Amino acid sequence: MVNEIIIAGFGGQGVLSMGKILAYSGLMEGKEVSWFPSYGPEQRGGTANVTVILSDNTISSPIVSEYDIAIILNQPSLDKFESQVKPGGILLYDPEGIPRAPKRTDISVYKIEAMATASELKNQKAFNMFVLGGLLKVCPIVTLEHVMMGLKKSLPERHHSMLPMNEQAILKGMEIVEEMNKSAS
Amino acid sequence: MSTSIIDPKNLVYAKPVLMNETQMHYCPGCSHGVVHKLVAEVIDEMGLKEITIGIAPVGCAVFAYDYLDIDWQEAAHGRAPALATAVKRLNPDKMVFTYQGDGDLAAIGTAETIHAANRGENIAIIFINNGIYGMTGGQMAPTTLMNMKTSTTPNGRDTHENGYPLKITDLLAQLPGVCLATRHSVHTAGAVKKAKRMIAKAFQNSLDGKGTSIVEIVSTCSAGWKMSPAGANDWMVENMFPVYPMGDIKNI
Amino acid sequence: MSEEIYLMKGNEAIAHAAIRIGVDGYFGYPITPQSEIIETLMAEAPWTTTGMVVMQAESETASINMVYGGAGCGKMVMTSSSSTGMSLMQEGVSFLAGGNLPCLLINVMRGGPGLGTIQPSQSDYFQTVKGGGHGDYKMITLAPASVQEMADFVDLGFELAFKYSTPATILADGVIGQMMEKVKLPEFRRRRTEKEIREQCPWATLGKPADRKPNVITTLQLDSAVMEKCNLDLQAKYKEIEANEIRYQEIDCEDIDYLIVAFGSAARISQKAIELARAEGIKVGVLRPITLWPFPTKIIKEYASKVKGILTVEMNAGQMVEDVRLSVNGQVPVEHFGRLGGIIPTPNEVVVALKEKMGC
Repeated sequence: MVNEIIIAGFGGQGVLSMGKILAYSGLMEGKEVSWFPSYGPEQRGGTANVTVILSDNTISSPIVSEYDIAIILNQPSLDKFESQVKPGGILLYDPEGIPRAPKRTDISVYKIEAMATASELKNQKAFNMFVLGGLLKVCPIVTLEHVMMGLKKSLPERHHSMLPMNEQAILKGMEIVEEMNKSAS
Repeated sequence: MSTSIIDPKNLVYAKPVLMNETQMHYCPGCSHGVVHKLVAEVIDEMGLKEITIGIAPVGCAVFAYDYLDIDWQEAAHGRAPALATAVKRLNPDKMVFTYQGDGDLAAIGTAETIHAANRGENIAIIFINNGIYGMTGGQMAPTTLMNMKTSTTPNGRDTHENGYPLKITDLLAQLPGVCLATRHSVHTAGAVKKAKRMIAKAFQNSLDGKGTSIVEIVSTCSAGWKMSPAGANDWMVENMFPVYPMGDIKNI
Repeated sequence: MSEEIYLMKGNEAIAHAAIRIGVDGYFGYPITPQSEIIETLMAEAPWTTTGMVVMQAESETASINMVYGGAGCGKMVMTSSSSTGMSLMQEGVSFLAGGNLPCLLINVMRGGPGLGTIQPSQSDYFQTVKGGGHGDYKMITLAPASVQEMADFVDLGFELAFKYSTPATILADGVIGQMMEKVKLPEFRRRRTEKEIREQCPWATLGKPADRKPNVITTLQLDSAVMEKCNLDLQAKYKEIEANEIRYQEIDCEDIDYLIVAFGSAARISQKAIELARAEGIKVGVLRPITLWPFPTKIIKEYASKVKGILTVEMNAGQMVEDVRLSVNGQVPVEHFGRLGGIIPTPNEVVVALKEKMGC
């Protein structure tokens, strides 16, 4: 089993750290994992994306041409990566800042209003955890238990008090994700 | 009156034990030979010969390692303070010094000099300032005096073209990492004594971990200046000393 | 090898490995995409545990000369940088090679020329293996293709550097430096004592005891006859390295019609590409040079008599391809595929290039 995943959005949206948590969760499950980031020189803003691969076997390339799962958090990323989702694959997006919705019909498309929900709950810091919750709901590639273990491993100890808040965000994300298109395959 | 000067009990002066038999390549009248002798004497008198590592420059003193029987590293042009930084940090119990000329220390190596001193590296820097590039044939140095003729300033150093004589020791004295910044010469017996005292102080500072010491020796280059050795000494006193005055700039 | 498995970036793995194998000193200057090396070292503060010195220098020029100073003392010292910074170091690299000094250099390559880009590239192949500095010298060059190899090659690099008393380089790229993978770190080994260093490196400048002559680290020889002898000694050493230290990996190379030669991250991408190509019935394998110098000439020549064509995949305009062509000596077509300026080729692009350039 291989999952080739792209997470793309603006810097500061927690794109890289969401990928990191996924990678750590895969590590907890005993999978082979790779995490490869791409970003501009800015420390904040700018575009950022990360390729995460979770696999039962050795991973040949950390760079791939197309993805099983795309998590898209801004318009430029949708424009770039929508065409790179494998037929039958999954595209999960947050409509905030994405006026043009995905068009593909040969993939499963899911919408998650993570930013709106995070703002409403005054928990913007955990925005990416809402998104991660949505992903786990539509495609449980790792268990919640391993995600929490991965989160603990990837967060510095001084932030461990925030673990319950993150778990709540993941659970909320699981509730609010909506199916927009079901792939035929 | 039959005292024999060959009798060992009558010995009043000898070549320092650390100086070997290699014939020096320095020109007649050059200050380098005297300063080499002082460095050798101080290392021996302080009992440092087994724990001293010298860093030689690029310039006239490039072969310093041929004359003093201690361990040496020969640096790329200007980089001696970087080498010395690593040698001392990796071997904190050793005495580490650089021996550099004005081009090496104050032109191509300015960054390494300033930053080693700014970090307060526990090294001693022996700085020979003769206001000219000796080895390459008498070109302008950063320390060349105003209006002084060199092979690259044939009409004399002009501020518009070449800027001003760089008083690097004064500059270094401003840095909190520097514990000793002092300027001397070796043209008279009295001056030699003072210079030797300050070289010893600089070496002691390296051992004591007090920070960076720089001992500038205002020197002659009779070949580059195109003067006789005696004439070069007179010219130095008359022209160099007013720009580069003798004595401590900082000594803590 | 410790049993615990970590997930970390290639750059971080280098820092942890260096501490664990007992490196004496690291001297470096920040530059993207490799700053995690010095940042990790500073965060780990090994001077409080192993006694390793870690220093942020004022420039790459200073860094490489600090390495020269430390190496001259027989210490295990290293620096790291990326492309532009390595250019600035080349004077010092030539001095280290000429001075027969062991040390480890790490170049996490980014795109050039000039300030270029901060994105990954492999365009410093020529600079590293053909001698970026002046004079006739060679550089032992290890090209890691995984985070595990980033960790392992710190030890291997020092081992080779000290075995032959010459600098070694880990030539990585931004992909390998920035990506996270699983890694097992080497076991802790204490740093050598001064006594051990004096025995292992009798040439080291650690202060002259009464019973030996002064040690002098120098690259200067004004007598041409002596300088020629120094050069011949270097060349003899290089011959020995070429005879003993070639390393490479063959991936799916049994029964192939075509061969891809690629190093570092380009080899990983090519590995995925041959999976895709084989699914289409193209019999292709990857030969991955692990040492870029000494170059695996002989094995490539052997493949030349078995395959219809060879494609090099490099993140540059065609550098290693010259060495592959020299190895093959016209026996089969050798083509190059590369992306430039920080663009990483995708496995699909490699398959397309394979079909177009090899006619398969």
